[in-house]
Amino acid sequence: MQDMGRDYRIIGFLCNWCSYGGADAAGVARFSQPTDLRIIRVPCSGRVDPMFVAKALLSGADGVLVSGCHPRDCHYSEGNFYARRRLEMLRRFLPIIGVDEGRFEYIWVSASEGSRWRDMVTRFTEKIHELGPMPRMTEPARTMCALEGMLGQSLAQPDMGGTEGDLSQARIQTVLSGEPKLPDWSRPAQGQVEPRADAMLSASDIARLGDENGANGKEGGHGR
Amino acid sequence: MAADADDRVLQLRAAVKAELANVDFVLGYAKGFDPLHATPVTVRTEADADRLIFDATCVQNLATSLYGLNGKRIGLVVKGCDSRSLIQLMQEKLLERSQLVIFGLPCDGVLDLAKIRVKADIAAIHGAEISGDEVRLLLPEGTKTLPRRDVLADKCLRCRYPNPLVADHLIGQERTPQGAEDTYADLDGFEKLSPQERFDFWKRQMSRCIRCYACRNACPLCVCKHVCLADSRDPHWLSAEATLQEKWLFQVMHALHLAGRCTECGECQRSCPMGIPILLLKRKMNRELKEVFNYEAGVDPEAVPPLHTFLMEEDKIKDRGQLW
Repeated sequence: MQDMGRDYRIIGFLCNWCSYGGADAAGVARFSQPTDLRIIRVPCSGRVDPMFVAKALLSGADGVLVSGCHPRDCHYSEGNFYARRRLEMLRRFLPIIGVDEGRFEYIWVSASEGSRWRDMVTRFTEKIHELGPMPRMTEPARTMCALEGMLGQSLAQPDMGGTEGDLSQARIQTVLSGEPKLPDWSRPAQGQVEPRADAMLSASDIARLGDENGANGKEGGHGR
Repeated sequence: MAADADDRVLQLRAAVKAELANVDFVLGYAKGFDPLHATPVTVRTEADADRLIFDATCVQNLATSLYGLNGKRIGLVVKGCDSRSLIQLMQEKLLERSQLVIFGLPCDGVLDLAKIRVKADIAAIHGAEISGDEVRLLLPEGTKTLPRRDVLADKCLRCRYPNPLVADHLIGQERTPQGAEDTYADLDGFEKLSPQERFDFWKRQMSRCIRCYACRNACPLCVCKHVCLADSRDPHWLSAEATLQEKWLFQVMHALHLAGRCTECGECQRSCPMGIPILLLKRKMNRELKEVFNYEAGVDPEAVPPLHTFLMEEDKIKDRGQLW
């Protein structure tokens, strides 16, 4: 297990009747557990809207664990059956948005299964540590400044942009004309990809331009 | 224009005129501001009905306009794909079959202007003819001929429902579907990327998003309208900040809320002014639904949506509790 010295943010949605009790039982039994998990108690795993998970993952959680009563054991008879379908669809959906499928898991733990809870949490936490921090959907703060720097010294932040050396007139023209163009992603890539006319200059392309000019606009991981 | 197509428009106009007395109005397509655009029109009189057209420029899904028209009796011109939106709305009891008079037109595929735009300056085109497998564009510098397949919308290239699945008046010859089964070649290609690359791809794409919500407004199944979670302050799912994270969460929410409902009419992607390929998200969800529940939205009005029901023992879902 790498990087075990560092805490990650893992959100656990636990149903009130089984899994929360199970986690409680693990605590009462004084099992040692990883400290990365933040538990949110919900009435039933059926209460877990897939948006809870999506929002958590996109807002800085490195992993999300949903735990409920075993199927056929639900306090409300059928909540976890609906949850199972919903969460399975979410689990299969996550890879397309670039979230590693290992970052989300749903499990069943009953109130008496303290040791099982401990095992689950430990293994899930280990998996998240292997995956490392969740990439963030944030623009580097200097992106727009870099653009301003290209077009003229930014008055707002004179220390950013503008100092990266002179951008040639040709370079500015390239940027403004929409180069570099993005490939057409709607088609499987094969050989020469035709540029899509409506693909416009993206902020990260600008950021990359800035990077080529010697600035260290590296980002990734959490700013912790 | 082929003779059959002309006949079809005349038949459509006649059928609409015959029904005008029974409906409040009919929604259809008329010639737009240039040869490549059709525009939706409201037909109330016989003169309006003579403006109706139907060809490859009729890209809009008119089912999107049905929101807020409850209590009215409406005629609607639909293509095969649009009829699936209607079926889905009926299945969700948001639409009464009895309130609609559906003019169904089997469709040969519609144009994708984004694809034409890379081949020619669409502002300069002063005429377009579609015949057989060719599209002829009349440009100031002369005629440009393009293969039809190259400028059809992606959804039409894999269309399995060219014929309306529900219609009161079926106008024109039924077409044979182009593809038997969706191959999801685009998804397969995309999934070859690593998770990090996929994430970076979306990051790059979403940085273009201007948060105009055209995707939401064009979606026939975004039925929450003024109570959309994206606008709601309580619960406060999304803030008004124009950050990548907020924009991205909205797209994920759109896809999640369409799970088991999206009929892949492609209006979200078509209406996106920044050309962000958001239909990919919905296609992924649909492929998984097909695989796990063997379900397809908007085909059978009596079907039970898979996320509204369950089986005690799921066939295709591994019991995650026993995973480790």
